[in-house]
Amino acid sequence: MVAGGLSAGNVLSTAAPNRELWSRIFRHPGAELDNITLTRFFDEMRGNGDAIRAPYERVSEWIDRSGLDLLRQRSAEAEAIFRRIGITFAVYGEGGDPERLIPFDLIPRIFSAEEWRRLSRGIEQRARALNAFLYDIYHRGEILRAGIIPADLVYRNAAFQPGMIGVEPPGKVYSHIVGIDIVRTDEGTFQVLEDNCRTPSGVSYMLENREIMMRMFPELFSGGGILPVDHYSNHLAKTLEELAPAACKGEPNVVLLTPGAHNSAYYEHSYLADLMGIELVEPLDLFVNDDLAWMRTTRGPQRVDVIYKRIDDDFIDPLAFRPDSMLGVPGLFNVYRAGGVTLCSAPGAGVADDKAVYVYVPDMIRFYLGESAILQNVPTWRCSDSDECAHVLDHLGEVVVKEVHGSGGYGMLIGPTATKDERKTYAKRIRENSADFIAQPTLDLSTVPTLGPRGIGGRHVDFRPYCLVGKQVRLVPGGLTRVALREGSLVVNSSQGGGVKDTWVLGD
Amino acid sequence: MLSRTAENLYWMARFMERAGATARLIEMGQRMAVLPRSYSQEEWRSVAVAAGCIHLFEDEPVVDEAAIIRTLMLDKDTPSSISSCLERARSNGRSVRTALTRDVWEVLNEGWRMLEGTDAATAQRDLPALLDLVKQRAALFRGAAASSMLRTDRYDFVMIGTHVERADTTLRLLDVKYHVLLPETEVVGGGRDHHQWTSVLHATSAMRAFHHVYRGDYSPSKITDFLILNDAFPRSLAFCYDEIGLHLQKLARSYGQEHECHATVASMISRLDDLEMGELFQHGLHEFILEAMAVTRKLSSEIYRAYYF
Repeated sequence: MVAGGLSAGNVLSTAAPNRELWSRIFRHPGAELDNITLTRFFDEMRGNGDAIRAPYERVSEWIDRSGLDLLRQRSAEAEAIFRRIGITFAVYGEGGDPERLIPFDLIPRIFSAEEWRRLSRGIEQRARALNAFLYDIYHRGEILRAGIIPADLVYRNAAFQPGMIGVEPPGKVYSHIVGIDIVRTDEGTFQVLEDNCRTPSGVSYMLENREIMMRMFPELFSGGGILPVDHYSNHLAKTLEELAPAACKGEPNVVLLTPGAHNSAYYEHSYLADLMGIELVEPLDLFVNDDLAWMRTTRGPQRVDVIYKRIDDDFIDPLAFRPDSMLGVPGLFNVYRAGGVTLCSAPGAGVADDKAVYVYVPDMIRFYLGESAILQNVPTWRCSDSDECAHVLDHLGEVVVKEVHGSGGYGMLIGPTATKDERKTYAKRIRENSADFIAQPTLDLSTVPTLGPRGIGGRHVDFRPYCLVGKQVRLVPGGLTRVALREGSLVVNSSQGGGVKDTWVLGD
Repeated sequence: MLSRTAENLYWMARFMERAGATARLIEMGQRMAVLPRSYSQEEWRSVAVAAGCIHLFEDEPVVDEAAIIRTLMLDKDTPSSISSCLERARSNGRSVRTALTRDVWEVLNEGWRMLEGTDAATAQRDLPALLDLVKQRAALFRGAAASSMLRTDRYDFVMIGTHVERADTTLRLLDVKYHVLLPETEVVGGGRDHHQWTSVLHATSAMRAFHHVYRGDYSPSKITDFLILNDAFPRSLAFCYDEIGLHLQKLARSYGQEHECHATVASMISRLDDLEMGELFQHGLHEFILEAMAVTRKLSSEIYRAYYF
């Protein structure tokens, strides 16, 4: 970068006048340049009208002041930094570079203090209810007896672990890191798209995106109006430590269990282990002896008290789950049940993030907490119900259909953009296994201005906060904003061409 | 430290050392092949033997430069090929990314694909330049480790890996000199023999160093003395064992425990101290080399056992 290139004065003289820049920002196919057209989508910076919404005032000025050329240049710099640090996301089996960068967009997504108060209360409420639900289904099953949730949905769920029945996890916590995917459709409407109770990933991007923004644009952070997120790793470490098993005397030894360097989220695993100063272990590093878990070190065996596992339940213990698995630590599940080690998340926590169970989360909140849900669900049709299934099949062109157990944006049907053939094939699948599918209306996801090849344009976003549940519930003010970089696209998953943005929560 | 971390550090260092050693071996082959009265095929065969890969050439009618370049330089499936060494050093490093400094990681991360896309014809044409690049990469790795890593047990495992591999390389070179290069009928000390011994010096990047110490007298016994007993020369057996001993001692101090590998190294060091080269050369250099190779292999497995690899 050229010295002095940062000076705002240089840039102003060459920057496009405001009006032109804004018309570029909101240009959609077919829109006239001088006729600023807003689509039906709620834009987080501009709302439904022309006025800049209050939380975005400062950033909007910054965009004007910088101009497209400088933003493009800084965007390339940011990418170079990401690549050098090696923050990659591995996508295997599709050819090309197996270690890819997730595209980072410079223009942040911003919540006001007021918005965050409501969001954070809703997120924490949901995380508590999901854990209460998990405790219940592995104990007395009150919510099933009360007829609020069909028992089949739980007991015949692929993620249900019969071996967990009656087990008392420390703190009664099953899902220690709850990632809740939230979308916004207008000024006042936030809806939950899905819950991730097992191993939600992406928090390293929340932390790195902020680091890079602070490093590149310190002027935006001056005045301290943007709440920090970098204490996430301290909170995570505290959450894990305070749930050490009863068998642990003294300071607990916490480790992060990764499937290994070939896992797509390996960078995140090593990054978090590094931040917390704990060992990053693979299954082969661990063994079980005398009802306790140990790791092999150069000084000999060392006790392990808490395992932050970033590996599927199926692969943690071949004796308990998948005898055909080469992965895993034989006997680990027994040690867990005997209270020799804590597993975070607990095996079987996946029942709570099943998309068919999701429908009942507002009911869980009422049942366990006696509160009404602060964050609403997206209206959902369950194809297991024959009336609802018929409705979905009749309206395939208008809805999004998801597999109940799917994740990562794979195996979805986006009705409005699918071809006739795709819809036909999908309809056949639904008829064959209707209980495996749910459908939701195509949502008018909000957009945030995003730098693209043809200028700045609104792109659809979602939001994933990471709620920590230990002896207390902790939530840092922020999360990961994912953005669908292709114009008009609604799929934000990183495996499907999504990018990320820094997320700001403003202080009072 | 996790045992796996130690193992990855150890192998990362061994593979980087091996990449450089294989590059020097190919250089040696090229040099010998252009000398007068050369039996070209034999020279290249000796390179394969020294790299411990002769079994890969069983089906090849001739072992020539092209075959060596294909197999020892470019083939990803050959464990000792330069390509696979660079890649395996990097993947060992990646598994313990947090145990590395950024300097070390960047050397591994930037170098592992340097031969990717190079075809055999290009490699043969640009051979000296490519081999230089590989040697530079290995030197960068050593430099980055020495100048950026904390002197903790991590560094000890890197140094142990480096010197176990290096001791093994020097021994294999000497073995090859005896086993392959020297036909039974040839008189030791003949003209061809002279060239072969000096080639061994080239393969250990020791030509100049040898001159400084011995002033140009190429007697085989002086060359072997240099490569086995001279503890000032960083590729000699004595130097490598001194380094292995030093770092194993550091581990013993910090972990408060000695293992059988410590005894093995100590006995090798005292053996080397007592050796008289002239005598050894007359009576059984080859036997000594074979024995030292066996000790080095044993040492490597003892290190494995001691630190729970």
